[in-house]
Amino acid sequence: MGAISLSSLDLALASTMVLLLAWISRRMQFGIENRLLVSALRTTVQLTLIGFVLKVLFDNATLYWVALLAVLMLLIAGREVMARQERRFLGWWGYGVGTLSMFISSFAVTVLALSVLIQPEPWYLPQYAIPLLGMLLGNTMNGIALGLDRLTSSAWQQRQQIEARLMLGYPAARAIEDIRRDSMRVGLVPIVNAMAAAGVISLPGMMTGQILAGAPPLEAVKYQILIMFLIAAGTGFGTLGAVWLGARRLFDERERLRLERLGSG
Amino acid sequence: MAPGLTIKQLRRLHVGPLDLEVAPGECVTLAGPSGSGKTLLLRAIADLDEHEGEVLLDGVPSGAMRAHEWRAKVGLLAAESQWWGERIGDHFAGLDEGLLERLGFGAEVMGWEVARCSTGERQRLALLRLLQNRPRALLLDEPTASLDGENVARVERLIEELRREAGLAVLWVSHDPAQAQRVATRYFRIDVGRLQEVA
Repeated sequence: MGAISLSSLDLALASTMVLLLAWISRRMQFGIENRLLVSALRTTVQLTLIGFVLKVLFDNATLYWVALLAVLMLLIAGREVMARQERRFLGWWGYGVGTLSMFISSFAVTVLALSVLIQPEPWYLPQYAIPLLGMLLGNTMNGIALGLDRLTSSAWQQRQQIEARLMLGYPAARAIEDIRRDSMRVGLVPIVNAMAAAGVISLPGMMTGQILAGAPPLEAVKYQILIMFLIAAGTGFGTLGAVWLGARRLFDERERLRLERLGSG
Repeated sequence: MAPGLTIKQLRRLHVGPLDLEVAPGECVTLAGPSGSGKTLLLRAIADLDEHEGEVLLDGVPSGAMRAHEWRAKVGLLAAESQWWGERIGDHFAGLDEGLLERLGFGAEVMGWEVARCSTGERQRLALLRLLQNRPRALLLDEPTASLDGENVARVERLIEELRREAGLAVLWVSHDPAQAQRVATRYFRIDVGRLQEVA
């Protein structure tokens, strides 16, 4: 049992639809055609490369190589989180807050799922470990980027109110409580929506993939439910950590609002 | 150990180094052109900005207590008041009604929408909001800037009564030399970050 193999011609035909879209965009001056083509090209190159990497990795399934790829994925995701901030923390914090939170939540959840729930042999079997970590990182990355962006931009916009609360003797944590709560909520919205819509409006990608590969639907569903829960936990704890760390960094030890620790643009 | 507010060698950007003592019950006023550092000085005393030097309340340095405890005791009233709740009452937790009355409000003010209050009403209410903490020292930044004559008199009278009744130490920034002279026990001019006492 296995999926029907695709030929290069199949992919080429599919790509003509993207080219058609780009052509229309150009004719009608939407101005999106260059970005569309570049990202389509990136998808092709990046996925082909990761295909080769995974092929090599599956043939050399040592903990060392799996860990190396995992760290690399983390660092790239950390850069992505930083790039999505309009007002990011200056210095190492800009990179560190998101990356550290992602590391703690995604890695903890992945290792837990592998060692306790799925239990492949060995536990770091890359066929399981890498896709699982990839899905977790991709989703926690979203949540953390959204949460941190909301935190820093709200703190900037509401700086006078935050300082007014400080002047009234509010501890720093209480002075930024509303913003922190709001940022948490923003970070969790995508996964909450995804869980609510799963199976009714959308068939999640992993489940679809397993079904295409010939897995019985009920088995695929069980995996998808597990993944959804893991993503919710990873995103939730990751966003919680990032927003908490970020909110602390906005103040110094004398509970002063230190917005000069944020850069702009 | 001097009671009241003691400022020693305080320095922040172009302000200072300056020394000043405000005894309990005293009202020291500062007047000076904009940009002379009045607001910077008040913010540094409230420990809202990094600064050099030391500020003590009743002999206890600010660094000896948590920053938010310090700010509850050394209350800074900013020139422009900020509100985050929908209604005035969202910012108050059981204020003494006597105080409301002394600034010309009734108890119904708690139900008012912030957006519908005038700048002057907000300014007076911000003072009352700050007084809920029962501060030992008050730092006032142009507290009557947008008030009419009657309300200016009310605020001046309230502050004077609080000084007498509760021994509040008051540092009052005013752009109006007449007011600075009127409410002061001691009156300073501040210029390019330096203090000069006016006889």
